[in-house]
Amino acid sequence: MASVVGGAAAVASAAAAAAAAAGGAAGVGATPHVLAVDDSSVDRAIIAAILRSSRFRVTAVESGKRALELLGTEPNVSMIITDYWMPEMTGYELLKKVKESSKLKQIPVVIMSSENVSTRISRCLEEGAEDFLVKPVRASDVSRVFSRVLR
Amino acid sequence: MDYTNLRRQIISMKKSLFDQGYLDEQFNQLEELQDDSSPNFVEEVVALFFKDSSRLLTNIEQALEKYPQDFYRLDSLVHQFKGSGSSIGALRMKNECSMFKAHCNDRNLEGCRRSLQKMKREHATLKQKLETYFHLLRQVGPPERAVNSWK
Repeated sequence: MASVVGGAAAVASAAAAAAAAAGGAAGVGATPHVLAVDDSSVDRAIIAAILRSSRFRVTAVESGKRALELLGTEPNVSMIITDYWMPEMTGYELLKKVKESSKLKQIPVVIMSSENVSTRISRCLEEGAEDFLVKPVRASDVSRVFSRVLR
Repeated sequence: MDYTNLRRQIISMKKSLFDQGYLDEQFNQLEELQDDSSPNFVEEVVALFFKDSSRLLTNIEQALEKYPQDFYRLDSLVHQFKGSGSSIGALRMKNECSMFKAHCNDRNLEGCRRSLQKMKREHATLKQKLETYFHLLRQVGPPERAVNSWK
């Protein structure tokens, strides 16, 4: 695990280091690999820390586009957790693309949003999302959902 | 070094930050994610917040002074600000962002301007208070850093 050398930049670069490490992973993993997608650097750092504390391997990216690039090359993503409201591609749009892809559609997707809008929630669930978490996301929310989904 | 007084100061300062509404429960969530493998986690995430939010404040100010005002963009900017503030438990900041959003929805330019001034003041105050708090924590030193162990 890369040691955190100091300053805010280290948190972002720890995520980048995790991303680099993810590329070489063999398919053996007892440790599930989770892809976290959020345009906010603060939220990326937090969700990554929550996931790591639950012993998941995490790659955190800032956009749906980057997520799809990674999914194209990384064979063993166990779960995607994505923010809903992102510029260019929303979490809903990312969810749709994942569920429309024969290669990716079996990967469970969890949506996070700061807004508790019931139409939004039902739309995401209808499109195949496993769960919808309201931000700020707590460690207990994440472990509850993930232990159910990754059984 | 006598840690007892320092600990008392830290606990007292933290209590005051909560009592005065600067911070909420989400800040405790962050402290619980701090451990030996990420001993500076909270300070790093807070630094990320201030980096992001300073940029957002500048963008909001510029967007307000541009004519005609793009209230859609303003709403989007303050939404981001509110989101990351909420993620670190910055309660007062979050509430002030909600006020700004309300003025934005009403297309109330003067209301937005007043709210922005408040946001800037809250931002500066929170920054200064948290800097003091982290400074105290740093004086206590690494072995004492796990704050939740002596709540």
